[in-house]
Amino acid sequence: MGQDERKTLTPELRAFIEEWKPKPGNLIMVLHRVQQTYGYMPREIVLELADLLGVPLAKIYGVITFYNFFKLKQPGRNLIQVCLGTACYLKGGDDIMKALEQELGVGVNTVTPDGEFSTEAVRCLGCCGLAPVIVINGEVFGKVTKAALPGILDKFRAKH
Amino acid sequence: MAEKLTRESLDALRARLEAENKQAESGGLKYVMVCGGTACDSNGGLALYAALVKAAEYAGANVRIVRTGCMGFCERGPIVKVLPDDTFYVDVKPEDAAAIINEHIVNGQVVTRLLYDKSQAEAGNAGHDIDFYAKQQRIVLRHCGVIDPEKIEDYIAHDGYAGLEKALFEMTPQGIIDEILASGLRGRGGAGFPTGKKWQFSAAVEADQKYIVCNADEGDPGAYMDRSTLEGDPHAILEAMMIAGRATGATKGYIYIRAEYPLAIKRLQIAIDQAREWGLLGCDNILGSDFTFDIELRFGAGAFVCGEETALLASIEGKRGQPTPRPPFPAVKGLWGKPTIINNVETLANVAVIITKGAKWFSSIGTATSKGTKVFALTGKVKNSGLIEVPMGITLREIIFDIGGGIPNGRKFKAAQTGGPSGGMIPPEYLDMPIDYESLAKIGSIVGSGGLIVMDDTDCIVDVAKFYLEFTVDESCGKCMPCRIGGRALLNALTRISEGRGVPEDIQKMQDICQAMARASLCGLGQTASNPVQAMLRYFMDEVMAHINDKRCPAGKCKKLVQYRINPERCVGCTMCARVCPVGAIAGKVREKHVIDPAKCVKCGQCYNTCKLHAIEIA
Ligand SMILES: Cc1cc2nc3c(=O)[nH]c(=O)nc-3n(C[C@H](O)[C@H](O)[C@H](O)COP(=O)(O)O)c2cc1C
Ligand code: SF4
Ligand code: SF4
Ligand code: FES
Ligand code: FES
Repeated sequence: MGQDERKTLTPELRAFIEEWKPKPGNLIMVLHRVQQTYGYMPREIVLELADLLGVPLAKIYGVITFYNFFKLKQPGRNLIQVCLGTACYLKGGDDIMKALEQELGVGVNTVTPDGEFSTEAVRCLGCCGLAPVIVINGEVFGKVTKAALPGILDKFRAKH
Repeated sequence: MAEKLTRESLDALRARLEAENKQAESGGLKYVMVCGGTACDSNGGLALYAALVKAAEYAGANVRIVRTGCMGFCERGPIVKVLPDDTFYVDVKPEDAAAIINEHIVNGQVVTRLLYDKSQAEAGNAGHDIDFYAKQQRIVLRHCGVIDPEKIEDYIAHDGYAGLEKALFEMTPQGIIDEILASGLRGRGGAGFPTGKKWQFSAAVEADQKYIVCNADEGDPGAYMDRSTLEGDPHAILEAMMIAGRATGATKGYIYIRAEYPLAIKRLQIAIDQAREWGLLGCDNILGSDFTFDIELRFGAGAFVCGEETALLASIEGKRGQPTPRPPFPAVKGLWGKPTIINNVETLANVAVIITKGAKWFSSIGTATSKGTKVFALTGKVKNSGLIEVPMGITLREIIFDIGGGIPNGRKFKAAQTGGPSGGMIPPEYLDMPIDYESLAKIGSIVGSGGLIVMDDTDCIVDVAKFYLEFTVDESCGKCMPCRIGGRALLNALTRISEGRGVPEDIQKMQDICQAMARASLCGLGQTASNPVQAMLRYFMDEVMAHINDKRCPAGKCKKLVQYRINPERCVGCTMCARVCPVGAIAGKVREKHVIDPAKCVKCGQCYNTCKLHAIEIA
């Protein structure tokens, strides 16, 4: 999926919205489905949502921006999540984050120029025993060291 | 498609399942329990499960392979337990599957090399004798590691839905509340409010609609107790919510769960679907009674403040999760204005067993004011990190040194933090204090939801306090001044101190801000956010003053205060450090000793990381 391609409402998403429309408090559940579908909140989809649900656009954006989980920008093809929960922090999670930023040449929450990677900080992935932990596209890497990072990244680069 | 269960058919089903299991076991059936918790799963556990199933099929072994919830000993995962032998295998790899099946299950030979304690080659004593489990008592986690969480039959065969049966047919709603009151159960979400009392409030209100909400938002950024409970025993939460519904007259429940917990969400949804299919949920006349109840999931979206009751309700209603003043309390006026009980996952996980085993049994565990057990996610600088459940009243020393195995790498214990960003660091002098609500409050911390982080002498207290304040500043909803402005001011002071720009007056300033935040913030987030700073000022003043007066970080953690020095005994003059230094602060010729100019050094730490001979030292 290209970075700037215009997104259209998928039939599954439309059906989901119809199903949830009569339920009170549906907005956040619908937004979750949007992000699950596109990886972020495309503006054109949010506009359509406002119409379909009959909710003012300002209210929708008020909700999106309140919650950290919702992203306004499309992430890289490979999303790297670095755990900065307490256990991982104590075991050097912040150093891993810095090393990643150096390795990729971009800061946190920014996509690399080639569109391959973006990094985000998350909190406690529930495997503190493996701290420090990073997750790439859902795959967990535990007891990560700075030295191991380039090798791990290559694994994902090679896939394209 | 299952038939709709009645009280009689549920009893018959449970009896049949129990009998079948007994018969199979007397016929030599063994169980291989594979941990399917998040840590083990992501460490090769999924592949291990598949390999075990394949090996068992190939060998035609009389065995059932069960994927369970977290067994607690995540540090040494993936974990495999063989029952009824009670053999405990650690660090098991997919390649080990054939050995477990062929040697142990088929030939009856324990695979010694996979045991936790290799000297315990005998089957039958390996599990219990592990120090990690010796002092634990599993009530909340009673089914984790014991049943397949994706099979309602497994739950039913282990007393599942027996509490609901008793509540529906042998007790009055007030009788249920009285039992919970008598048990002494208090909320495990942080505040420790008596659960029976909360239920009583809601029961006393007349309303056409009432709700039960399970708080599964687990916001403490170093804790995963609720997640593991949900992943390992989802039906226990559904059953408890139904019992609460019966007690208070509610017919609808919501589980508010973090979207970051996909496995827990999946297992909860499976459990809800199964319960509906069996007529235990989502229909009238549940088990043939006059009781109706249904449960839906609602996802959180990464806002810590949404763990707070009123913010959580706003979020379920589809709004921004900002707290509102209490009273009115949700038990009286909650979701969509209707009476709503909000209980934490762990609180609810206690309910069904209290009903089946009785308040007397439950209240015999724990201390005078804190009954039952507490689950902790024991992490940080401790040898055996993992998920533990201990009776209230146990000491920190027992947890950290007996269960946790002490501090690794020969380092020294410095502090333990309970309650996450809302708690305080506990210094060594309180290691022998019993853990209960009152004792921890007295020394400025809280039991909290169950994060227990151990720190050693390489962890800096200023740095840790700063870490927690960064978190709360980030997560403050910004609605009220004391939290928004105060939190930021505390963080600024801590940052100054950690960078060597602190002044003695900062101490008083911080103390004043802490007071104001605790007193005047609207919700629990702001009211407790200063606890880490207060604990720092109360117990670790020497360390703070070293930063302020001597511009020194005793733990060597605050980078800006660290001095890098080259040890001439070790330096061989390889020039590596001089080449990576971004500011040219290192002088020296090839094969000659190198020297760092402290005036030029910007303390980036690159030379320290580069030198292969560890000649660069931190002072
Ligand atoms: C900022 C903040 C965050 C909270 N986070 C949680 C949480 O993650 N999980 C939880 O169960 N309770 C949390 N609580 C406590 C809840 O507001 C509430 O007291 C609790 O869910 C009540 O259930 P209990 O009585 O069973 O403990 C939080 C409170 C505050 C003020
Ligand atoms: S105390 Fe903080 S989080 Fe709570 S309402 Fe005030 S600003 Fe929001
Ligand atoms: S810490 Fe950084 S700036 Fe200082 S001497 Fe080493 S490489 Fe140079
Ligand atoms: S703190 Fe990183 S996994 Fe728990
Ligand atoms: S996840 Fe396997 S023991 Fe905790």
